[in-house]
Amino acid sequence: MSTVATNTLPAPAATDAETTRGLVEITKVRKSFGATEVLKGITLTVEPGGVAVIVGPSGSGKSTLLRTINHLEKVDAGFIAIDGTLVGYEVRGRRLHELREKEILKQRTEIGMVFQNFNLFPHLTALENVTAAPVVAPRAGKPRSSKAEARERGLELLDRVGLKDRAGAYPRQLSGGQQQRVAIARALALDPKILLFDEPTSALDPELVNEVLDVIRELAKSGTTLIIVTHEMGFARDVADTVVFMDQGQIVEQGTPQEIFTNPHEERTRSFFSKVIEPAFNI
Amino acid sequence: MSSTATPVAQSAPVPASAGVESAPETAPAEVAGPATTPPETAGPGSAGRKAADYADYRLVPARHPWRWVGTAVVALGVAGIAWSLATNPRWEWGVVAPWFTAQSIVNGLLETLKLTAISGALGFILGFILALMRLSASPLLVSVSWTFSWIFRSTPLLVQMLLWYNLGYLYEKISLGLPFTDVRFFEAQTTTLISQFAAAVLGLTLNQAAYSAEIIRGGILSVDQGQLEAATALGIPAWRRSTRIVLPQAMRAILPTAFNEVIGLVKGTSIVYVLAYSELFYTVQVIYNRTQQVLPLLLVATLWYVVITSVLSVFQYYIERHYSKGAVRTLPLTPLQKARKFLATHAPATRETTQERGTR
Repeated sequence: MSTVATNTLPAPAATDAETTRGLVEITKVRKSFGATEVLKGITLTVEPGGVAVIVGPSGSGKSTLLRTINHLEKVDAGFIAIDGTLVGYEVRGRRLHELREKEILKQRTEIGMVFQNFNLFPHLTALENVTAAPVVAPRAGKPRSSKAEARERGLELLDRVGLKDRAGAYPRQLSGGQQQRVAIARALALDPKILLFDEPTSALDPELVNEVLDVIRELAKSGTTLIIVTHEMGFARDVADTVVFMDQGQIVEQGTPQEIFTNPHEERTRSFFSKVIEPAFNI
Repeated sequence: MSSTATPVAQSAPVPASAGVESAPETAPAEVAGPATTPPETAGPGSAGRKAADYADYRLVPARHPWRWVGTAVVALGVAGIAWSLATNPRWEWGVVAPWFTAQSIVNGLLETLKLTAISGALGFILGFILALMRLSASPLLVSVSWTFSWIFRSTPLLVQMLLWYNLGYLYEKISLGLPFTDVRFFEAQTTTLISQFAAAVLGLTLNQAAYSAEIIRGGILSVDQGQLEAATALGIPAWRRSTRIVLPQAMRAILPTAFNEVIGLVKGTSIVYVLAYSELFYTVQVIYNRTQQVLPLLLVATLWYVVITSVLSVFQYYIERHYSKGAVRTLPLTPLQKARKFLATHAPATRETTQERGTR
């Protein structure tokens, strides 16, 4: 049985392991729920260390696309590769066979995910949430952390999101913004190549949004590839190097924030932003 | 009797009669005296008028006379029952007392506890497996689990018990080997294999498993789907996801009903008297058939069941409290902590600050 590492696609400019860390290639991905097709052939490349922000009306398939990247959602057609390695599948002959759960879990440890509703484990403290995965998750090429290591690293990460002093608190004792920062620290605990953010500020009170966005801004500079689904247009313009506009399961347009926000080519993009941007910017 | 009134009312020097009480509520201005302020309460035509200064008035909470009446009636009833229990000679407390700790009764009690512990533990383990089967994606596993629950929930426990004990009538020998061949690794007479104890444990366990499967399944379903998703995204292996993430949260929903079941099981074990198995209830029956002291001996058994249930209830309280960690912002005080706090705040001249810190 071939291992994951052998399924290498011809990745562009694979010179140095560090520089290619976190290249995401989504190719012709399709996905249906029952009769409705929510992804109609999506192709998108995010460069290593890049920050891609996906925007678009609700129901356009943004979240589903994000969830296919770590194989939480299986695709019906097409494929997703990270640094040239297929996610969730291996090549055998002319077929892509779905990997065993154990292998997929290993891949997932390289892809951190932050949810709209945080999904912190309510029965574990902030620190326990952060250390839950590193001590049990089987990781590709790395041993499991010992409890002491995980703890030390966990405190370091909580410090990074500004919550070291709340390490012993349970999620319900934290504000929404603090919970989301713990969730970010938890996603970082496995040292992922890629971080996925699924509307990370949508469930937050307006005055708590910025504390979370500041943490993400900080991450954007760290060289981790970020893929962010958000409705915060100001933040998108600020942090993204690629903005992707999706509508009805398709990518309508993508480009730099400058291009997409101020000079969109497509009529659909223009009409969407005319409804969304102005209230967001004029406050 | 005094617990219904709030502390404010208790400290109020006003005599506790309903007629006097109503006066300050209706018209504060009257009490203040018509001489000082013109007696005008805010009526419909007095918009914009400033209220008089009531800051120094004493607040009197509403009285609930019917609550007192109800309390008194119930208290009378309770006192009557207690009185009759203590004074009616036919309860024969003099007979109950020595039998309560008699060796044979204690032996029966231990058998009851043994049956409860074994069938309870095995039942819940099997129930957990059945619950996982029921939640699996395989239609066969789902239907097998469903059928198991269906059969064992729809036949009386008494019938199951007798059926297991008489299994030898249906199958003379029990053997373990390769199906459809003559290869046998193990073979025994059913009657020697199924003792009274084995039949009792089998019946109780399988019955318990059918019920606890549903309880556990309900608990698992009550955990938010996002929890599993987050654990999966973090690469946490499936077994860990169940045991470390989902089950601890499901426990909150499982525990109250599970303890109901265990308490039911304690008393349910009394049904194995049909197998002439000498647990508590059967022992009591044997004794009163000999001595003819039926009621006192039934009282002995009842009292022991009450004791077991009480102990289990205490366990339940603390286990539930343990699993409510993280579900409530601050854990409620235990009765013990409450008592300590009460003593700390009511005891004369103790250092309240240190005591209070101790209770947190």
